[in-house]
Amino acid sequence: MSTETTPGPSPADTQPPVTSTRPVVQPGDRIFSGLAKGAGILILVVLAGVAAFLLVEAVPAFTAPSAEIPGGAGFAAYVIPLVFGTLLAAVIALVIATPLAVAVALFITHYAPRRIAQGLGYVVDLLAAVPSIVYGLWGAGTLAPASVALMVWLENNLGFIPFFAGPASTTGRTMLVAGVVLAVMILPIITAVSREVFLQTPRLHEEAALALGATRWEMIRMAVLPFGRSGIISGAMLGLGRALGETMAVAIVLSVSGGITFNLIGNGNPSTIAANIALQFPEASGLGVNVLIASGLVLFLITLAVNSIARFIINRRREFSGAN
Amino acid sequence: MTVDTSKRQDQVSDLPPPGGLAIQGQLPRWAVPGGLAASAVVVGLVLAAIGFSVGLFVVGTVVLFAVGLYVASRQVEGSRKATDRLVTVVVSSAFGLAVIPLLSVIYTVVSLGMVRFDGEFFNSSMRGVVGEGGGAYHAIVGTLLITALAALMSIPVGLLTAVYLVEYGKGRLAKAITFFVDVMTGIPSIVAGLFAVALFTYLVGPGARLGFAGSVALSVLMIPVVVRATEEMLKIVPNELREASFALGVPKWRTILKVVIPTSIAGIASGITLAIARVIGETAPLLVAVGLTTALSFNPFDGRMATLPVFAYLSYATPGVPREPYLERAWTAALVLIIIVMLLNLLARLIARVFAPKSR
Repeated sequence: MSTETTPGPSPADTQPPVTSTRPVVQPGDRIFSGLAKGAGILILVVLAGVAAFLLVEAVPAFTAPSAEIPGGAGFAAYVIPLVFGTLLAAVIALVIATPLAVAVALFITHYAPRRIAQGLGYVVDLLAAVPSIVYGLWGAGTLAPASVALMVWLENNLGFIPFFAGPASTTGRTMLVAGVVLAVMILPIITAVSREVFLQTPRLHEEAALALGATRWEMIRMAVLPFGRSGIISGAMLGLGRALGETMAVAIVLSVSGGITFNLIGNGNPSTIAANIALQFPEASGLGVNVLIASGLVLFLITLAVNSIARFIINRRREFSGAN
Repeated sequence: MTVDTSKRQDQVSDLPPPGGLAIQGQLPRWAVPGGLAASAVVVGLVLAAIGFSVGLFVVGTVVLFAVGLYVASRQVEGSRKATDRLVTVVVSSAFGLAVIPLLSVIYTVVSLGMVRFDGEFFNSSMRGVVGEGGGAYHAIVGTLLITALAALMSIPVGLLTAVYLVEYGKGRLAKAITFFVDVMTGIPSIVAGLFAVALFTYLVGPGARLGFAGSVALSVLMIPVVVRATEEMLKIVPNELREASFALGVPKWRTILKVVIPTSIAGIASGITLAIARVIGETAPLLVAVGLTTALSFNPFDGRMATLPVFAYLSYATPGVPREPYLERAWTAALVLIIIVMLLNLLARLIARVFAPKSR
């Protein structure tokens, strides 16, 4: 087109190609792209605002004399048992949910009859749709009383393991039950991510394994699981992020009395950061509010780190994946 | 690889003499259902002797069946087949185990929630109610108002951001936005609530609790979900459609509004519905930012409001003196909440199906 412009037979002929090579820019275009860009920038501003307001409100908790912080021993002493409780509950949830989620994802992708597989996927997604408050009520109302017998059994038979040292709680509102409720809540996330990756396993790998005489399990172990390993890890990390920040289920289920303990079936459990905020905030005032907001900031940083690692693994996989 | 070959060689040496394929045994087809029934009977009889419980019965049956099947298969079919059968049992029972909580949750909430699932629950507030009676009309109104306001703020911002990222975004700004949307996805809901409190403490003064603060907190949670869902949908619009539109001389903004978005509207709408379903059940941010009240309020800009999740939580956690009416209302509120969320999920699937672009 452009070569035609100089020796063109008449100016009228050259006119349309010249204008059509550059995009048409109307005022409408400028307004629309400006709006879109503005919305994007607004998100950055909001996030900066979240960080800024939390920081500003948290600073008094860091600078206040340690005697004024609840507990009287400074902010670090206040927040460390909470961090411990948060990590403990989340790790229990992860240990229970990950193998289960991988098995469920395998069942949906490789074992269930193809016709009902999608329906089964919906069923697992329904687990994700249930609001956390409902899980909390269910955990405290149904699961906790039902688990008392199991915890007594654990104390009597496995009491030599520090986790089950007891004395077993009579209400069932223990760290173990809170972890199980969290496991139920993060199961659908890990399952969804794993399922997606398992479905992307190159068909040729699977067929080659089967053609060499592998049984279904050997095919899965040799073709599907190695391919999906990073997907499982990142799904588990996303689940961990959710479990760390989960509030209401823990706040309702767990019977709290502070203190760091590895005893999972007793009455005295460390609280988690999120649950502690939910329980204390309605009555907090003055410096108490600042302390709670500061602990929220700590939680934010922990989940941020976990989620960043998960994203990093997902992105790295995308680059080196053999699937494309 | 080395492991595999050595395994295979073992297998070869294990193979029976020529004609082995025909000789190698296989469990009959009835082995699986028959074995399951047999283990159920055995476990049932044992439990009948020592005291019956449904949980023990199911667990015992599955364990006995798995062990029995493994041993039988190992004898007849060899260790590889036996492992395969064992894994099949384990994986299938894992799925069963995962479904149990869902069924239990639904059963618990429905059976306990139906007690107060009556007219009074839906047309009266808690004003002046102590003990029996009362309802959650004010909480339902509050939940719908606060979520609607949150949606009103999140949908335009999320939609436009997704349009920017897919259609315009290049370079550093787009990368930064993508990264920070990811960060935002991971914000714990309680932290979003704390942000709203800190913001309105700054704007209004200490101790501020108002419905709009809850909407702001929910928006922080909702925007990244809307961006992600919309982005996914815009990305799968084929480039040929855009190019065809440009070739006809349509400016870019009209192309986006008239071609790209209508093509993907089904997916976008269903994604947004799912985002609403996700935030409507959020409790923690509303608990810290909005609080609870007993009276009906239609003004989210003035004072506390009641919302269903917070109503359910506080009725359960801090009941009044006769406990039962409070607990009953909590369960019914949870039931109403679950019904709303399930309806929204259903609606999302319907939208996706009905408005999907005609496939060739």
